[in-house]
Amino acid sequence: MDLKLSASDEAFRDEFRAWLRANLPEPWTDPLTDEDARRRHTKYLREWQRTLYGGGWAGITWPREYGGRGASVIESAIYQEELALADTPPQVGTIGQGLVGPTIIAVGTEAQKKQFPSRILSGEHIWCQGFSEPNAGSDVAGLATRAVLDGDAFVVNGQKIWTSGAQISDWCMLLVRTDPDVPKHKGITSLLVDMKSEGIEVRPIRQMSSDSGFNEIFFTDVRVPRENVLGEINTGWRTAIATLMNERSNLGTGAYIGFKRNFDALVERARSVVRGGVPVARDPIARQKCAQACVELEVFRHNMNRTLSRVATGGVPGPEGSILKLYWSEMNQRISRTAMEVLGDVAQLTDEDDGRWVYNFLRSRGNTIEAGTSEIQRNIIAQRVLGLPRSY
Amino acid sequence: MNFDLSDEQKLLQESARRFLARHCEMPRVRELMETETAVDESLWKAAADQGWPGMTLPEADGGLGLGLMELAVIFEEIGRACAPGPFLSTLWAATLIAESRDNAEPIELLGQLASGSTRATVALLESDASWDLAHVAQETVAGDDDFRMNGRKTCVMDAGSADHLVVASRLHGDLVLCVVPTKADGVTVTPTPGIDLTRRLCQVDFENVTVDRGAVLARGDRARDALARSMSVGAVAACADLVGGMDRVLETSVEYVKTRKQFGQLIGSFQAVQHQCSDMLLMLESSRSATYFAAWAASPAHGPAGDRDPDCDRAVSIAKAYCSDAGREVGNRAIQVHGGIGFTWEYDLHLYYRRAKASELMFGDATFHREVVAHLVMD
Repeated sequence: MDLKLSASDEAFRDEFRAWLRANLPEPWTDPLTDEDARRRHTKYLREWQRTLYGGGWAGITWPREYGGRGASVIESAIYQEELALADTPPQVGTIGQGLVGPTIIAVGTEAQKKQFPSRILSGEHIWCQGFSEPNAGSDVAGLATRAVLDGDAFVVNGQKIWTSGAQISDWCMLLVRTDPDVPKHKGITSLLVDMKSEGIEVRPIRQMSSDSGFNEIFFTDVRVPRENVLGEINTGWRTAIATLMNERSNLGTGAYIGFKRNFDALVERARSVVRGGVPVARDPIARQKCAQACVELEVFRHNMNRTLSRVATGGVPGPEGSILKLYWSEMNQRISRTAMEVLGDVAQLTDEDDGRWVYNFLRSRGNTIEAGTSEIQRNIIAQRVLGLPRSY
Repeated sequence: MNFDLSDEQKLLQESARRFLARHCEMPRVRELMETETAVDESLWKAAADQGWPGMTLPEADGGLGLGLMELAVIFEEIGRACAPGPFLSTLWAATLIAESRDNAEPIELLGQLASGSTRATVALLESDASWDLAHVAQETVAGDDDFRMNGRKTCVMDAGSADHLVVASRLHGDLVLCVVPTKADGVTVTPTPGIDLTRRLCQVDFENVTVDRGAVLARGDRARDALARSMSVGAVAACADLVGGMDRVLETSVEYVKTRKQFGQLIGSFQAVQHQCSDMLLMLESSRSATYFAAWAASPAHGPAGDRDPDCDRAVSIAKAYCSDAGREVGNRAIQVHGGIGFTWEYDLHLYYRRAKASELMFGDATFHREVVAHLVMD
């Protein structure tokens, strides 16, 4: 066991850190309250993605022939950490880079591999992932959006929901039912759908945290060329599982930095809020709560590094990713609650610290639902790690 | 970066597990817990032959010179076996004695401790049972040629089977560490039965006990630093003991819910039961990550020896805070998924549950260590 970075990992970190220092754009400060601001913001994010691509810092874990740099798991973790430390703009290509691109590279046709991956990395194509439906949430395989072959194209009808980023996406990796007469897992196909196709309507869903990350997508007689099938017809479930495993094993090195930044801000604020003549940071109960947040946060980092090192020494990311997801999502809710409890009544005011405490408290509520609910994560751990029998 | 055990550490783990399976099966644990000291001389001798009592002592002192990762590996197995005996108390005393010296001279007593021929423990806690060294109040008074000690120490681990006590007290207001034989005139050791049936606690009374000048190990800052350092090592061992216990408790639970049927089905197929088991795994693996990290951070190789390293203190306190809560909670979930059988005397779960509660308190509980963390990150 040695937790120091190797010399080459340190060199990698220093190189990326220097590049970031030279290329980081001005931070975006305009409120995203109107359509025009949102459009300019998307353009800003695409430009940042193109800058990363130009510097060779997009899709770094991808093979070199697809524009990546074949980075190791540890390098990838360092990369995420450095992005977070430098407080870079969010990567608009996350779903494309992390989920869709690797799946296309793994199972796509030569034409697809030529058409899509480089455009994902350059920010030309923003992707979304059309999996969940109103009646197929945790049970994604129960999806009902239909696709019927008509000549050289599939005709798609149905509805998707909780689709992150659909309102700014150019393409969608869409799961559809192509054979309703076989068991549910065996009649699903994955399609690559141009979001500008006739018959697609996107409606943003406003979240309880007041921002709109998710959308509904309605498909009415949308024609998708047959060559846009990803993998084979009726093998879409296997493709989706590969994609979902990528999602759950997203090990959260960048997330740690975000949580840490919130924790540091809490400690800083607790020093300046004075109650009864004493800073809150001196109050024994507040100290216990903050220390517990620190304990959970640091143990998350150790869990993450331990999983990373296991993946790096030969393992593929497995269902252990579910432990990390379960851990951080519930931890973030507790820490957000702690912040409001420690800072007191002012923390509920949306002008206080730019509404950070209110936003974290409300937004973290979604953490145990998105990307697989805590209940689904616990099922996966019980069944696939501990070997307990399935009951559904 | 590699968070995994090395090949040598894995071998050590396997051999420790085999050793304890041979010498310390549960029926033997139950026999020992009915005895006054819960010490098995043949197990102790066999463990001493493997070098366990002096595992982390320098080779010059007769020890094996192993690091804290190896210590964590061995204590995880000791906890997994719920092994009775003075392993932790002797480790603490030996570490404290080794850390107290101001030179590299071998100490005779350490050699005896390493060989297992002599046992020692540390007498620290008093009536307020505080692990804060500032709260040590027992007075040692200087005479013409020697010292006199009076007072009462509580919750002293394994004092009933120890030959020597390393006593923390005050001399002119300064912390002082002295070695006192348990058989010395004026020393009375009284067993105080506790929740843990596998490791015993005693009350030790000192009545005009004479302490030779040569028995003083350290005073002032050196005494405080040695105590703090030895308690970090002890806390890592206690965390590892908890991790081993949680590992066995989860294993037992998973085996049980895979065979127990109700309503015509295995109870392990019910999500309510599955989720308890998943939470236990999360707490176990998180405890293990925290313990391994603490062992790594507290290894002398990663900081200048002798200096108090805040990163090391923080890592140890984080591990002890997390594992203390997790050990108890994993036990709760385990007994819950077993139902009535898990609540019986005959079933082994309560032995682990009791031991986890004692380990939770040892070297400071979660509340104590959260305050340490708060001090390091908020003040």
